[in-house]
Amino acid sequence: MFQFIPKVFSGVQVRDLCRPLEFLHAKLVIHVFMDLTLRPGAQSCWNRKGPSPHCFHKAGMRDRTGKIIMQFSGRRKKVTLNQQHELYGHCLQFYCQPPLENISLTEFEGFAIDRLKLLKAVENLGVSYVKTTEQYKKKLHTEFSNLGFPHREEVDDLNSNKNLVGPTEYEKRRKDHISHFILRLAYCQTEDLRRWFIQQEMDLFRYRFSMLQSKYKTEFLHKNNLKYDTISADEKSNLKDQLINSSYAVSGTTVAEQDFYKVPFQDALDLVRTRKVFLKGGYAYIPHQDIVTIVLNDFRTRLSKALALTARSLPAVQSDERLQPLLNHLSHAYVGQDYSIQKNIGKVSLEQIDPLSGKSFPLCMRQLHKALRENHHLRHGGRMQYGLFLKGIGLTLDQALQFWRSEFIKGKVDADKFDKAYAYSIRHMFGKEGKRTDYTPYSCMKVILSNPPSQGDYHGCPFRHSDPELLKQKLQSYKLAPGGIMQILDLVKGMHYQLACQKYFELTHNIDDAGFSLNHPNQYFMESQKLLSGGREVKKEAEMPQRGQENTASNGPSVPPSRQHNTTQPLDDMGDLDSYFLDE
Amino acid sequence: MPTSDYDPACLPDLLPLYYRRLFPYSQYYRWLSYGGVSKNYFQNREFSFTLKDDIYVRYQSFSTQSELEKEMQKMNPYKIDIGAVYSHRPSQHNTVKSGTFQALEKELVFDIDMTDYDDVRSCCSAADICSKCWTLMTIAIRILDRALREDFGFQHLLWVYSGRRGVHCWVCDEAARKLSVAARSAVAEYLSLVKGGEETVKKVVLSEPIHPFISQSLIVVEHYFPQYAIVGQELLGSKASVDKVLSLLPEDILYELLNTYQTEKNPMKRWEQLRSAVHQKRATSKKGAQYFDKEIMLQYCYPRLDVNVSKGVNHLLKSPFSVHPKTGRISVPIDLKNLDKFDPFEVPTISLICEELDKPLAAAEEEEEEVKDKENETEPGERRKIRDYKQTSLAKYVKLFDQFLDAMARSRKGEILKKSDLQKEF
Repeated sequence: MFQFIPKVFSGVQVRDLCRPLEFLHAKLVIHVFMDLTLRPGAQSCWNRKGPSPHCFHKAGMRDRTGKIIMQFSGRRKKVTLNQQHELYGHCLQFYCQPPLENISLTEFEGFAIDRLKLLKAVENLGVSYVKTTEQYKKKLHTEFSNLGFPHREEVDDLNSNKNLVGPTEYEKRRKDHISHFILRLAYCQTEDLRRWFIQQEMDLFRYRFSMLQSKYKTEFLHKNNLKYDTISADEKSNLKDQLINSSYAVSGTTVAEQDFYKVPFQDALDLVRTRKVFLKGGYAYIPHQDIVTIVLNDFRTRLSKALALTARSLPAVQSDERLQPLLNHLSHAYVGQDYSIQKNIGKVSLEQIDPLSGKSFPLCMRQLHKALRENHHLRHGGRMQYGLFLKGIGLTLDQALQFWRSEFIKGKVDADKFDKAYAYSIRHMFGKEGKRTDYTPYSCMKVILSNPPSQGDYHGCPFRHSDPELLKQKLQSYKLAPGGIMQILDLVKGMHYQLACQKYFELTHNIDDAGFSLNHPNQYFMESQKLLSGGREVKKEAEMPQRGQENTASNGPSVPPSRQHNTTQPLDDMGDLDSYFLDE
Repeated sequence: MPTSDYDPACLPDLLPLYYRRLFPYSQYYRWLSYGGVSKNYFQNREFSFTLKDDIYVRYQSFSTQSELEKEMQKMNPYKIDIGAVYSHRPSQHNTVKSGTFQALEKELVFDIDMTDYDDVRSCCSAADICSKCWTLMTIAIRILDRALREDFGFQHLLWVYSGRRGVHCWVCDEAARKLSVAARSAVAEYLSLVKGGEETVKKVVLSEPIHPFISQSLIVVEHYFPQYAIVGQELLGSKASVDKVLSLLPEDILYELLNTYQTEKNPMKRWEQLRSAVHQKRATSKKGAQYFDKEIMLQYCYPRLDVNVSKGVNHLLKSPFSVHPKTGRISVPIDLKNLDKFDPFEVPTISLICEELDKPLAAAEEEEEEVKDKENETEPGERRKIRDYKQTSLAKYVKLFDQFLDAMARSRKGEILKKSDLQKEF
């Protein structure tokens, strides 16, 4: 066995990937061990059933199959244990220390997938619910316990957990820790992946921090050595009125007792953006209960730096033939299909666009198409959203140029101006200009969350960016049944824009259940085409996965039936693991 | 009128003269070098030229002032845009490994364009402006300037008339130039109140408590609103316009006012009635925030930012002292001390100042003495150039620019002193 040792080290030391180089001299050898006989895709051959709940205490020392190498001397063993107790002493952490132990490939994969599911849940819930509501917290809490992530503040008594079924709180913390570091590897590679990962990890952190009792919050700050400047009583009384008017949570009676932290406004961007904090001279005055913002900012800064460092040392991992495909699969899973690879390219003719826009376009694209036909112009945001969608349904570059030109020259733009000012951006969209990125069509998430429409714009999500009254009129003009319109407006009110759109799909296609969870305008189009050409069987309610139903049941009877989809949506996405690993 | 004098067809003839004798290169170079504190700040700056027939040349960069001068005199750009300071010289962006060429810093910029107000002005539309709707720009400058200084602590704000229908703001503080994309977008969103596109009727909704920034902005809006909106734009005059305003109110107030407006025709009194109806409602209502009158004022007058321009570090913006090819007007700094007197139609056109070169103004000669003192330090060619622009109506704008640069130099000096003091303490 020993001849394998060097290979293990050269292949899969997470340490190098997670830490800056100066930590290389750390006393403890940290590596993810792997079964050396393992080949990618053959994970299942490794018969590794039911690890004992306490296996992590011995992780790195066990020679389970005779292929696992033990490295630590007895003295070091103790250090490891203490360090780990120290590491998992609080239920929340900044992930400063990489994992100090060996884990098996199966566990590596399992942890990663569970965390990915958790982050996907965070993303989905973040779109469907306001992040501060009870509903959001409750849903996320359920995900936490289902996936085995830590959600309690106290560590179990190590002796009492024998009676418990499932992993202990301690093990959950370990899972939280290790899985975070694995996903760092998978999500450090491109700007897009990093952004997505940071966003979800931040939302996750925000939720977990906000759930802490104040005693644990303070403990957390203390443990991580986070100190912020508070303002003096004098300054506070001078600014009293402004402070009161800057935050919901501050009132005349509480302002005196509350601590206010004064930080550069760059450190509290979320509060600045939403105008929920008082600003003066470049400083934000943050009331104590909003301290999560500054902590989060710290979290983001650290994570973002760490990801950059990880990316630098990534080649070491990519040389490992067992890890590389796994990491690639993990990182591909985040967006689902991006509708950039076109099987149906060239299958749509320009004459078809008008009829298709009524039949198979989601409302956002129908709206853009109508505005384009009426005004013979769309502003940049609209051209991007609609242009990429059209590319996604199969328009070729030549068709696209012809389509846009023919429409624009009916308006104020002559052919010459079009060729100079607009043709470039269309070629750009197809990756033929500039940095030659082949842009992918926008997902619902992107349409809903980024670049909201302003004066003169028709892009965005009609369910998110229209006045309900106008939306109602529009739906009426499309001859939707009044009952259906009410359902849609209810969903909009509850901020379930994608569900509202799905309902719109169901109503316009005359089916009871769309049978998919909508997250992309091009998906809408494809599903509609499938349905209209009769190539798809309509799913019935009964086929919903078991877990989803349990979940809805736990919500109690007050949940209106239309909301049920919402509960199942994130889970539905995840019920089928294979979907993560299907090659597109 | 100088405006009628400008003929876009003459632009190719005038530009060489402007770039040879009038463009304030030394100030321009002084500005973008920022005291030479960070290395290659000017050299790594992107300029982009729009040439005749809309030919667009990006990623220009220059190592010295004279290189910039030579190139501008050679190319005679119709329009000049300024981009970011990059990690490498933009002119060599193709030679560095892709991914390493990155935009590092840029002034925090704001672009306010009158076309974004088309749904709330009755006097003009699209690219047209008049002295009536220009008030909107005045309001925008007042609100943003105060907030950027007082709330965000920036000091070096250069406000520039874009040459046609809007204004630009260049926040030049070091801290502003170093802001991340996220911070820029947060600032822009903090400053944005009017939200929604063509599918939104009510674009401003206030909620309790009213943030100090909004209260401060309301002070400005309330100051201009009656004269600008009620009198100037006749907001409560025509039926169509009244209906548009009333659509922003809840139904009960709407019907009440429709009733009163049948007899009351005086727009100012109508506005008073609207306000008192809203106030009455607020007093009796259990619901907290009922600021319909304020929301109307904001929707009609509050600055509408093009957020995307402010967000991106690498976004290009038309340079000060560039000519607007359509109007011929020079993009000049705006004097905030006389903001209410600023008239876009008085901004000199390129044809006017080129003409003035030929017939010296009396005023210019008075200043000659003052110039002479400085002349000893400068090169003969430079001296002639100074004399040249001093003869024209461009002079007062260059002077404003100079004052702006002096203020920046002073605070830079202060910073350096502070730093060296700190070092001595160690």
